[in-house]
Amino acid sequence: MKIVLKHLTKRFPNRNKKIKDDVIAVNDFDFTIPDGKLIGLLGPSGCGKSTALNLICGLEKPSEGKIFFGERDVTELAPEKRGVGLVFQNYALYPHLTVYENIKFPLENFRGDKKLTKEEMDAKVKEAAKLVQIEELMDRRPNEMSGGQQQRVAIARALVKMPQVLLLDEPLSNLDARLRLQTREELKRIQLETGITTVFVTHDQEEAMSISDMIVVMKAGVLQQMGKPQDIYDDPDNLFVASFLGTPQINVFKGKVKEGRVYIGEAPVLDAKGVKDGDVYVAIRPEGFILDENGPFACDYVNREIMGRDTSLIVSHPDFTGEKIRGIISSDDEVKIDDGKVRFSLKPNKVFIFDGSSEERIRL
Amino acid sequence: MKKNLTAWLCLLPAILFLGIFMVYPLFDVLVYSFEEGYNFASQSFWGTGLYNYSYVLHDPFFIQALKNTFIIVIITVPLSTGIALLISLELSQIKALRDFFQTVYFLPYVTNTLAVGLVFMILFKKTAYSDGLISILIQFFGGPSVDFIDGPYAAKMFVMCFYTIWIVMPFKILILTSALASVNEMYYKAAVVDDTPKWRIFYKITLPMISPMVFYLVITGFIGAFKAYSDEVALFGTDLNAAGMNTIVGYVYDMLYGNSGGYPSYASAAALILFAIVFTITTINLMVSRKTVYYQ
Repeated sequence: MKIVLKHLTKRFPNRNKKIKDDVIAVNDFDFTIPDGKLIGLLGPSGCGKSTALNLICGLEKPSEGKIFFGERDVTELAPEKRGVGLVFQNYALYPHLTVYENIKFPLENFRGDKKLTKEEMDAKVKEAAKLVQIEELMDRRPNEMSGGQQQRVAIARALVKMPQVLLLDEPLSNLDARLRLQTREELKRIQLETGITTVFVTHDQEEAMSISDMIVVMKAGVLQQMGKPQDIYDDPDNLFVASFLGTPQINVFKGKVKEGRVYIGEAPVLDAKGVKDGDVYVAIRPEGFILDENGPFACDYVNREIMGRDTSLIVSHPDFTGEKIRGIISSDDEVKIDDGKVRFSLKPNKVFIFDGSSEERIRL
Repeated sequence: MKKNLTAWLCLLPAILFLGIFMVYPLFDVLVYSFEEGYNFASQSFWGTGLYNYSYVLHDPFFIQALKNTFIIVIITVPLSTGIALLISLELSQIKALRDFFQTVYFLPYVTNTLAVGLVFMILFKKTAYSDGLISILIQFFGGPSVDFIDGPYAAKMFVMCFYTIWIVMPFKILILTSALASVNEMYYKAAVVDDTPKWRIFYKITLPMISPMVFYLVITGFIGAFKAYSDEVALFGTDLNAAGMNTIVGYVYDMLYGNSGGYPSYASAAALILFAIVFTITTINLMVSRKTVYYQ
């Protein structure tokens, strides 16, 4: 079931009554989520991604715009009529019910000709439990389980009624690091097995990149870019998207374009034919640095962090906008420090330039 | 050992206080209840045994008091808890005027029992000048004139229960509204997304979540209703035996200080019978609660 959002906007009245303007949590969303894919809704906290999820789910009513599930307009439908499964950030498992009862709960709500017999319910509950591999926990209460197990139960409960759309709000944020890795792969597996269109919200770009078929990046209620994770990483539309995706973070320098060349300080780092002269931001992915004694770009050596396979080279430069410049080089490379400086040449496809005022990408 | 000593020292004031004002009197009551023919003036008695219990249990006034108390308990505890739950549910639903209604529902709690009694008199009592507001209303709709205060037993019991429910309601509403507010909103959201009917949300989610508080109210409600006395006085005056509206605690008081009083042994026996009843009921409550109350 594809999900179509048409000019979807959600405004909230401002809490601070002195400010008349509404808070726009979701601003003119207009895109289609393809059928049967796993989509990551990515953005920093407070950017409106949970609101977007609630709009799709129906817990919030949009101020403007429409939502379609397939061809069906669900904008005015109450959440229970939309056939969505929702997994909450803290799971919202009913604490007084066992795992079995929790998973069965949605099935018991079926009415009319959809009503199931006890045996049918039992079979469905077991099937869902098997899918998330918690068959042996059926008699436990939520507080007798680990976070990861609770998460699985929550997913089973959302899946048991075979929803057309599965929505997950920060599904992994309450898990510890190791469990998070494991669970996200699990999530991917479950999504592939069921083929249900799944939307999950996260502020963790790594999480979104690793399992999503498609990422929707948003900031302050505005859609920034959407596409396949690798495409967005390799070809960001603006400075925000470039900085938000990728660890270590992309290194952003103040630079300028002069006569078809991009300069950081006095160093010409990139050709930029046909680009108007002016101030720009130059963003270099950590893997975009190549140690080169004759390279054009010189930085002050600070430190290096050896991480086995790779080495993180930490350098500084007066035109850098952040704290630490981080370049990732192979551990085999020899770092030559000359008068406290390291020289680099840059991989052109790992360097992006953005307009100095609008922060939009200038494509070369 | 030293740690223990500190602990005992800290407990000492409480132990002394409770020992003198609670444990000793309780023990004394037990002793009194077995002393036959105790004389207040000479502080002497002529035997020990179960005669006091036998006397009390054969006293028609005690039987009447027992009956009244049980009727009040059985009617007011479930009704007041149930109505309080309904009102709290409604209160937690509305947004407009919520504070106003909360204040209104809480007012009886801060109102003096005797002042409330006065209001009830105006509503229900038949005097030389007026039939009482409620009776006038009944007559307006073609009913007979009813004297709720000095009239038939059922009418008196009705006023009694009405009054008791009204008096205990605010506290229950207060407890239940806060219990309802403490149920995490996300459970309701989860239930709504799963198309759960309203009554089922209440029965399967809300009620189990607030069950410890409901249980607390039922237990304290039972105990409070068994100990009813002042409310009866507020409505029917001090001579409750004459009004036929005495309660067990009222009977105990009468045996001690009433016109027919001066019998601490009978009073003690009656008090211990009350204790046995409350103890039994509370134990049953606890046993039932093990299966029905969910503690997080």
